[in-house]
Amino acid sequence: MKISFPRSLQTVIIALVAIGLVALALGGYFNPATSWFSRLAVEAQTWISTRYLAVADFLTVPRDVASLRQRNNELEAEVAQLQTQVIDLQQKVTETNILSALVDFARANPAYSYKAAAVIGRDPSPFLRYVIINIGSNQGVLPGMPVVTDKGLVGRVDAVIAEAARVQLVTDAASAVDVRLQSSDTEAMLFGSVTGDLSLDMISQNAKVTVGDVVLTSGLGGSYPPNLLVGQVVSVRKLAYELFQQAAIQPNVDFTRLGFVLVITNFAPVDITPLIATPGP
Amino acid sequence: MRRGILVAIPVLGLAIMLQSSIIGRITLLNGSADLVLLVLAAWGLQERVKSAWICGFAAGLVVGFVSGVPWYIYLVGYLVLVGMSRILAHRVWQAPLLAMFTVTLIGTLVLLMLTYFERSLFEVSLAFNLSFVQIILPSILLNMLLAIPVHALIRDLANRLYPAEMVR
Repeated sequence: MKISFPRSLQTVIIALVAIGLVALALGGYFNPATSWFSRLAVEAQTWISTRYLAVADFLTVPRDVASLRQRNNELEAEVAQLQTQVIDLQQKVTETNILSALVDFARANPAYSYKAAAVIGRDPSPFLRYVIINIGSNQGVLPGMPVVTDKGLVGRVDAVIAEAARVQLVTDAASAVDVRLQSSDTEAMLFGSVTGDLSLDMISQNAKVTVGDVVLTSGLGGSYPPNLLVGQVVSVRKLAYELFQQAAIQPNVDFTRLGFVLVITNFAPVDITPLIATPGP
Repeated sequence: MRRGILVAIPVLGLAIMLQSSIIGRITLLNGSADLVLLVLAAWGLQERVKSAWICGFAAGLVVGFVSGVPWYIYLVGYLVLVGMSRILAHRVWQAPLLAMFTVTLIGTLVLLMLTYFERSLFEVSLAFNLSFVQIILPSILLNMLLAIPVHALIRDLANRLYPAEMVR
């Protein structure tokens, strides 16, 4: 037997049930059930979201790696370029410091005219201590002109071409420079050697030479101008049976690190060869 | 031969510049390597190379001009070196490195002894013991060390210029 309700009554019953459920829910009677459902829903949502992100990552990461690699390459290239610039600038700072020191030296010694030059090479033979500089006869450089740095005497021009010159260092074995000891005003000869060491010879036995004495050019012989700093005495050898004393000299200039030099262009070396007496027939 | 000269002259020019600007600054005691000598030795030891004499002559003149040593010293020294390397190229061809070491040793010794005697006789008296210990021996050692890479490079260059004929 089937019980049938009129449609309007059904609607009223459903509405009442719905209102009752809403009222129960608002009254907090469904809290355990709603929290259970919501937790279930959140967990399900989390699971789906996590899987989605994993799949999305899987599908998109290769593209990101490629773009990151490209970006990384670009940045590495930029870093390399900046490092090159840093090295270049450091080099320029070093050069500027050296040139600044040379300018100070030129200002402190206004009696001479100078031409600055870079050392661009060394003599191919290990027996010779010569350097090659990047200025020559076109810049007014002539053989015999003295070469200095802010630290002191370097040598003199040995040979010249249009745009370069070869400089014989004072440390060369064939170099001989007339010098004087500043403290005792004693004349002596400065010689180079095959090892690049400097030594003083022809010092009078009566002269008082002590370690630390400053050695300057004397200007005798006409090859170098006077009063250019050469170095300091580091040891003295005085033997009673020898005619002269000898001394070892520590040069003021570091000849292994010559980068820039000054050529004194208004000093004309004097050739005293005709004045040297030769034995008669 | 023309192709060999066209390649060898720039290589030697580069070697002279490197020698003057870099290699000459790298010293052991007071000796230094001679890159030009090594290039000439290695070039002369390549059997198919025909331009070794011309290269030796040109390098001798240029280095003699650059150096404070009289020009004929390098000219003679390098020509002796090329002569030795040409002789050994035909006789010790199965041991090219041995030939390179031999030419380097004797060539360096000849060149430095020539320089020593020229300076001692005409310019300034040099103590032989000091010169030998401080300059000649270290220079020989440095040249021997550089001989292997230079020989390898020059051999590759020569092989590219003068490829060996295919044997069927």
